[in-house]
Amino acid sequence: MADKPRISFHDFTSCEGCQLQVLNCEDELLDILGAVDIVQFREAIDDRQWDCDIAFIEGAFSRESDRPRLEKIRRHAKVVVALGACATTGGLNVLKNYRGVEESMRKVYGDKASWYETAKAQPIERAIKVDLKIHGCPIPPQEFLEVVKSLLAGRTPQIPDHPVCVECKLRENVCLYHQGQYCMGVVARAGCNAWCPSYGGRCYACRGLISDPNHRAAKDVLTEFGLTVEQVLGEFQLFNGAYDMAQEA
Amino acid sequence: MAKNLDINVHHLTRVEGHGNIVVRVGDGKVQKCVLEIVETPRVFESMIEGLSWRDTALLTARICGICSVGHTTASIKATDDAFGLTLTPEVLALRKLMLLAEEFQSHVLHVYFLAVPDAFAAPSVIPLAATHPEVVKRALRMKKTGNVICEAISGRHVHPISLVPGGFTYVPPRKALQEIKDYLAMIEPDIEATVQTVASIKDKFPKFERPREDVSLTRDDEYAFYDGDLMSSKAGVIDCHDYEKFIHEKCVEHSTSKHVYNVEGSLAVGALSRFNNNSAKLNQAGQAAAEALGLKAPCYNPYANNFAQTVEIAHCYQEMAGLIDRILGMELSEAALAPNVTPKAGRGIGLTEVPRGLLVHDYTYNAEGICTKANCVIPTGMNLGNIDADMQKYVPSVIHQRSQEQIAHDLEMLVRAYDPCISCSVHLMKVQWV
Repeated sequence: MADKPRISFHDFTSCEGCQLQVLNCEDELLDILGAVDIVQFREAIDDRQWDCDIAFIEGAFSRESDRPRLEKIRRHAKVVVALGACATTGGLNVLKNYRGVEESMRKVYGDKASWYETAKAQPIERAIKVDLKIHGCPIPPQEFLEVVKSLLAGRTPQIPDHPVCVECKLRENVCLYHQGQYCMGVVARAGCNAWCPSYGGRCYACRGLISDPNHRAAKDVLTEFGLTVEQVLGEFQLFNGAYDMAQEA
Repeated sequence: MAKNLDINVHHLTRVEGHGNIVVRVGDGKVQKCVLEIVETPRVFESMIEGLSWRDTALLTARICGICSVGHTTASIKATDDAFGLTLTPEVLALRKLMLLAEEFQSHVLHVYFLAVPDAFAAPSVIPLAATHPEVVKRALRMKKTGNVICEAISGRHVHPISLVPGGFTYVPPRKALQEIKDYLAMIEPDIEATVQTVASIKDKFPKFERPREDVSLTRDDEYAFYDGDLMSSKAGVIDCHDYEKFIHEKCVEHSTSKHVYNVEGSLAVGALSRFNNNSAKLNQAGQAAAEALGLKAPCYNPYANNFAQTVEIAHCYQEMAGLIDRILGMELSEAALAPNVTPKAGRGIGLTEVPRGLLVHDYTYNAEGICTKANCVIPTGMNLGNIDADMQKYVPSVIHQRSQEQIAHDLEMLVRAYDPCISCSVHLMKVQWV
């Protein structure tokens, strides 16, 4: 019997919730464990081997001293998958870039700020080449399963590139704009099955934006619904602050 | 045996977050023995400032994926408190059920995935899937039940959606609530089996004691998780708004997470501290589990935190079973659940017991409901000083009896027993013998 595919998990600046989302695939977990060898998953196992077929990386790149570990993972992995918003867009961590990294550190650690190293939070593709992205904060478990199954079967995973609005319509949700609220669903990447709007929450585009978003129109719509320019930019900065469109008014 | 020790466990495994255990012993004297926290600074308190009250919980839930309901709960309680909101019994009941589900799920995850493998001398839960499949399947069923509960009420467990200040943005359908009851009925035999599994490995944990200051919430009428007064085993009981009288933070150079102290150099929070302070308030299932495990308050063996978690698994199960019946007897409607929030200027404080211990969120808002100042004190951070103090007492006590490898393993188990959540606290792990 051929060796089983080797899979590893790694984490950087994050809440580790996306690795928990992997463990939350309770019904499929034992089958996955039967189909692959997990060679590194610090949150759950002691083993630590580097050579692997697929490396999943959770977390943002937010200090220079993490670069060698990212490069080591890249060197030893055939496929690198960014797991979750912190890895794909920098996630919420990017807010500190807008607050000013030094000022943020001083606010939290006072005159001891110089003891600790940090830098601007960025998506991991700013440090190493990323082959695939599983979006979301947190990731939808079904998309993780789709990516694992596809890679094991040698086909390209289906990651949606249409807006969340499409999924809301399919679920027959009442549009949040019709309820006097606002939402980023018009430009946000689908694939979560309109998770937040289906539970009464607005979409804040945690899965990033579709690849050709009309972000200027989205900003106009948000302004029309009474948001100030600052608030509109705030919506873009929340999960997509690493990109230029979050900086243009 | 070992007169010189040089332990350096870099990036400790089976804990959440990044930490190293560093021990240096020369000529039988401990020169250095600390848990270094090397998680990146995440500066959440600075990121909260400037956010609207609508988004403070959205952000702070992301401090930790495992305690994300706990962080959301403490956060929205702080916002409720700042705005003087009153909650309906329906909102309170659903909030409490979600919090109990998270305590339950997190303890199951820790006891089965992170601590039990040590007792079976396995490097992880994965080999146990082959050697003890029934144990692993039971753990997954129990864990899933926690997820089913949170999904039914708020869309998901990691970063819950509809759990907001003042209420819920979604009315859970009766069918979903009935499914919670079915899942709870399905795992009923698993509770007793869990207590038996943990009782069977009880002797695998080192016997070690160090008296400590236990800090937790406390209530007269129930074993406190959601709310209560603040209790220290050494300093008494105070109103939770005065938490700064007990919780003093300081920066230490070897940790990006601040340390916390009160009467002495360190204090302890978490399942064992709750048990030590509140064991008389456990329900019948919790009392029975404590008896089966031989756990009596006060217990000063930090490794016994695994047993206290098991007691809480049994306690939380019985509480959830009772609460879902009460909720099924309520008329859940938009009128009963929808948040009705009017921001006003002021400071609000939210204290909640989360799986790893006491959690503090403290926000100041301006009249528009924009957060102008925030402080979050995280349970793992509160325990770090206590972990260092435990290690500094443990290493000299076994240095002549045990090898460097054995001591390193004991220390990893010790840190793991606290169930540290390092991403949270930096807001930890590996032993380095340097």
